[in-house]
Amino acid sequence: MAEQRTVEIQVLRYHPQHDEQPAWQSYKIPFSDDTSVLQGLLYIKDEIDGTLSFRWSCRMAICGSCGMMINGKPQLSCHTFLRDLLPGPVRIEALAHFPVERDLIVSAGGFVGKLESIKPYLLPREPRALAAGEYLQTPEELERYEQFSACINCMLCYAACPEFGLNADFVGPGVLALLHRYNADSRDGGRAERMPVLNAEEGVWTCMAVGYCSEVCPKRVDPAHAVNQNKATSAADYFLRFLGPKRGPL
Amino acid sequence: MSVVANRPRPYVRSMRGWWRRDPFFMRYMLREATAVGVLIYAIVLTVGVVRLAQGEAAWNGWLAALRSPWSVLLHLALLLAMMFHALTWFEIMPKTLPALLIGGRRVAAATITRGGWTATLVASGALFALAWWWGS
Repeated sequence: MAEQRTVEIQVLRYHPQHDEQPAWQSYKIPFSDDTSVLQGLLYIKDEIDGTLSFRWSCRMAICGSCGMMINGKPQLSCHTFLRDLLPGPVRIEALAHFPVERDLIVSAGGFVGKLESIKPYLLPREPRALAAGEYLQTPEELERYEQFSACINCMLCYAACPEFGLNADFVGPGVLALLHRYNADSRDGGRAERMPVLNAEEGVWTCMAVGYCSEVCPKRVDPAHAVNQNKATSAADYFLRFLGPKRGPL
Repeated sequence: MSVVANRPRPYVRSMRGWWRRDPFFMRYMLREATAVGVLIYAIVLTVGVVRLAQGEAAWNGWLAALRSPWSVLLHLALLLAMMFHALTWFEIMPKTLPALLIGGRRVAAATITRGGWTATLVASGALFALAWWWGS
């Protein structure tokens, strides 16, 4: 039998009631070619140190829970394999730019509040009776928003965004991409309700087009595209109000 | 371990030196820094316009200053900065445009970037040809 391979994992740990500041802790764990970073952490929790805290759920890159900084890059730990990080040590810390609640767990409340503020659901253009049947959409209409609907709210793009790190009020790449997803949907009529969020200083205008959000997105949503094309939309929304009929408050 | 506080306190990490944390951020800062090159070149050109207004002697003095080794060195550095600026500008261009759909399919980002470069090469070629024709 081949000798069991091991790798060192260093975790930035923080306990809110005991620690003044986070500190690195090292663990040596066995691994094989198919061991993900998440499985490595689960091994530590099950076999070495039960106090290690982190979020996870699906193990297959769709729930968006297990995002963390792995060797300084925002990544899903279920989607990153130890075999690609050899010889180690593998350094893991909580998602950058978010306050750390404990160990690898960040405060997601701010993100969820922003998500709620953009009404991330279809607001139908007009009331429609059930008997009227389903909404029809052409493939081209689907193409306009489909990519942006793939977001899993994993917040990796926020950990990649220095603007969010410098100003926690920035609505941020993920939420603005979802805002665009609904505004770009031919079935939706909620644009006027979402534009104030987009137009605000903390909306698209805080973005300085670093573009790292799109690099780290595990679902290829390309939030930088959603945000930056809406700078033109926001400018048009501002200037067009001087033309045309008077509109109600946005 | 002693208990520091009874209530959980989320720890906020510092952003100091954030742009040194990732090569991606360093490249971004370099891209933004090329704006200083644009400013320097704008100043050089503005001085030229002012010297032109001051008469022939002043204008010839400005032309002579442009030919000095330091000026040539500066313009080489500015050219390099502008080429890097253009590279990153066309890289990010697809992100700033609304989704382009042709035949119901999105136009790939790489195609848009190539389109930008093609337009630049055509425009630069036309400008060189014009300058050549003007000078001869």
